Amino acid sequence: MAALTDLGIAAIRDGVRDGAFTAREVAEQFVARVAAARPLNAFITETPEHALAAADAADKARAAGTLAPLSGVPIGMKDLFCTAGVRSTAASAMLGDFVPPYESTVSEKLWAAGAGMLGKLNLDQFAMGSSNETSAFGNVVSPWRRNDGGNAALTPGGSSGGSAAAVAARLCPAATGTDTGGSIRQPAAFTGISGIKPTYGRCSRWGIVAFASSLDQAGAMARDVRDCALMLQAMSGFDPKDATSLDLPVPDWEAGLSADLRGKRVGIPREYRVDDMPAEIDALWRQGAAWLKDAGAEVVEVSLPHTRYALPAYYIVAPAEASSNLARYDGVRYGLRDLPEGAGLQDMYAATRAAGFGAEVKRRILIGTYVLSAGFYDAYYTQAQKIRALIARDFEQAWASCDLLLTPTAPSAAFALGERSADPIAMYLNDVFTVPSSLAGLPAMSVPGGLDGQGLPLGLQLIGRPLDEQTVLNAGLAIEARAGFGERPSDWW
Amino acid sequence: MSVDTATVRRIAGLARIAVSDAEAEAMVPELNNILGWIEQLGEVDTSGVTPMTAVIANTLRLRDDVVTDGDVRDAVLANAPQAEHGFFAVPKVIE
Repeated sequence: MAALTDLGIAAIRDGVRDGAFTAREVAEQFVARVAAARPLNAFITETPEHALAAADAADKARAAGTLAPLSGVPIGMKDLFCTAGVRSTAASAMLGDFVPPYESTVSEKLWAAGAGMLGKLNLDQFAMGSSNETSAFGNVVSPWRRNDGGNAALTPGGSSGGSAAAVAARLCPAATGTDTGGSIRQPAAFTGISGIKPTYGRCSRWGIVAFASSLDQAGAMARDVRDCALMLQAMSGFDPKDATSLDLPVPDWEAGLSADLRGKRVGIPREYRVDDMPAEIDALWRQGAAWLKDAGAEVVEVSLPHTRYALPAYYIVAPAEASSNLARYDGVRYGLRDLPEGAGLQDMYAATRAAGFGAEVKRRILIGTYVLSAGFYDAYYTQAQKIRALIARDFEQAWASCDLLLTPTAPSAAFALGERSADPIAMYLNDVFTVPSSLAGLPAMSVPGGLDGQGLPLGLQLIGRPLDEQTVLNAGLAIEARAGFGERPSDWW
Repeated sequence: MSVDTATVRRIAGLARIAVSDAEAEAMVPELNNILGWIEQLGEVDTSGVTPMTAVIANTLRLRDDVVTDGDVRDAVLANAPQAEHGFFAVPKVIE
């Protein structure tokens, strides 16, 4: 029998239900594998007791005939979700010792569905970064290596880098992520797994450490499309505690899965064909279109004329919202306090925030403060929100001629840690294909398409109409079936 | 538009982040690079465009004006760096 840690959510769920193995056996194997993989630095806090207790509850539930949808499935939780009684850091020094007295809505839903938690996963500090190099708890190392024998430590992507590395390395069958400008999809692409960000408002933001509230959205990361559907289903749903939560029923996405795309039109946005796109990514994109055609879809070219302005608009909107959200870290109510000898209240604020925030977080707070400051607000922030409206309109117009969009997920495969950290704008460009759909609040997913010449995974992105996660998942399933992506990193750690 | 050291200091003051002289100087080119890059938005004609306020159409809900939580003082104070007599404590403020 294969190791239980090779199984995904659906296989674990079914195996526990059918008595092929116990939930306890599953949890014990994952707990051991997590402990053996510490060189990857994927977890900030390990919580074996949580996973084992949920497993025991699942085994009891099976005996009692009361199994829940995710009974016996141990997952990883991005350390941006507050978990009651378990340190929740946002990978920051500011919240380095923060133990929330409350549970985030998404994690609460997962526990109610029977899942257990293997631990809190590393990320970019306050989810600000695309390579997991801004964490106050150190870089996450991707389980993947180039095939050149050089063994350079590669980024798992960011900000959900710990989630991506842990799922790819089979430390957990699935993990939560959050996506503000691509933080689920880009790391999924870099590590050869699947990840979906639903329509803005599907998942409650309550209890998720806020970065940019009009963009932040939780989602699922797993090794296949079915598991993403299952996991997202458990995470979604109306929450009166989040003013932007959508009061809509959660579809049964798993039951609706179908790789038959007859009658669907797939748009290829021509503005995503950027000048310096690596030939391998361009080739994979064309291959992806051919796969969807083979699944019965019609492929059409579409135009999203404001695409090139999405990234600069994002780097106004997101820092502006971040500067406002992160004003709460004042050294008074929770988190770090730095009180220099003889300092007054204002000095305490300034010292606390200087000590508690990393360089990238400070950079974004300062940019955000600047673009919102008197005299600049209209030139920057209002203009960015107008461009955001134009980007959303581009998508609306595209939906007249197609039902979903296919693009590459990222403009390159994973790069080496340290390779791009000196130039913030070069780092921001990682998100060039994921940011537009974030600005428009659309559901979007990355699925693995293949390996590049260096043996590293490349992803394809599917973007859907608002609330049409089903079509996104179905197209993902069609690609998954044809790509036959079975590669996995070796256990070198 | 570009920033100089004095502007960085002013912004850092507004953001309540202490910066040393060396840090402020280092941030000038960094912030100018980013601001220079986002300047390109100025070339888009946005006359007549309404700025986006909600990404997915949604109406703000109203609920009955009743107390729905509270009475959890100790939980609220549990993470305070300094709590005294059931309050958050801060350095003395004299103005």
